[in-house]
Amino acid sequence: MSLQLFLLLAAGLFAVGLYGALSQQSIVMIMMGLELMLNGVIVAAAAFWHYVAPAAGDGQVIVVVAVVAMAAEMAAGFAAATAIFRARDVGMADMAADLKQ
Amino acid sequence: MTIVVFWVLAPLAAASGFMVFRFGSMARVTIALLVSFLAAGGLLIVLGLAYLGVVVILMMVMEMIIMAVFMIAYMMNPAGLISMSMDHNKPRARAISVASFLLLAAGIFAAPWPRRAGGPPASPAFQLGKELMTTQMLTMVTLGFVLFATMVAAVVLATSRGRYDRFGDDLKRRPASDPVRGGVGR
Repeated sequence: MSLQLFLLLAAGLFAVGLYGALSQQSIVMIMMGLELMLNGVIVAAAAFWHYVAPAAGDGQVIVVVAVVAMAAEMAAGFAAATAIFRARDVGMADMAADLKQ
Repeated sequence: MTIVVFWVLAPLAAASGFMVFRFGSMARVTIALLVSFLAAGGLLIVLGLAYLGVVVILMMVMEMIIMAVFMIAYMMNPAGLISMSMDHNKPRARAISVASFLLLAAGIFAAPWPRRAGGPPASPAFQLGKELMTTQMLTMVTLGFVLFATMVAAVVLATSRGRYDRFGDDLKRRPASDPVRGGVGR
């Protein structure tokens, strides 16, 4: 068991999440990709705490920050999805592409 | 024991995370994501962070229930009965993802990681609480404001017709402008 193995898992989760966030069309599926990326961050931070500096609590604080980021992303994402669904009856990112203009 | 648990949970977390974007049915997608998070929470417990691991597990169970509701509400094909592709730009997304993984993996094995300094405290949960309430107080306060702002923003975004729509910008319009008027004498 080593730090590298945990970090490798974290990198894998991050990469899978990145793939999902880039390739999916549905807003909810994009959010799932973002969640997976944050999941990787959580695993990496916990591994850092355990294998590098368990005497300091900073690693744990990063896990808390990632969890809060996840909650905020989820709430804001669902609210935005609700707003756009209500305004246009769409649930796909491509159909709202004109919003970037 | 730790090694066995790691080799059970880590492939499970990665594989179910991968399956999230492979399954056609929304129910399966949600369960796959939940399994990935549960495995990650289990790994946190293995690493000695029992409190945070349980927090992640409880939070994700609730979050996936909410997610399932939204899935059914907003997805075109919630049951996955009709096979359909819901993605775009797949090859490039795959290339970016694989490249980022290889880059991260190269960094993981190339970096000279520091040696472990000190040992874990008797109670990691106490350590976290003490940290958040002393040196990381600013972080804690910031997180509190972020969550509060998120709540306000979520409500504002999700409200379809608030009081300003009904009573005007100065809240003085009477009677309220409603699509269907209610009350006595409508």
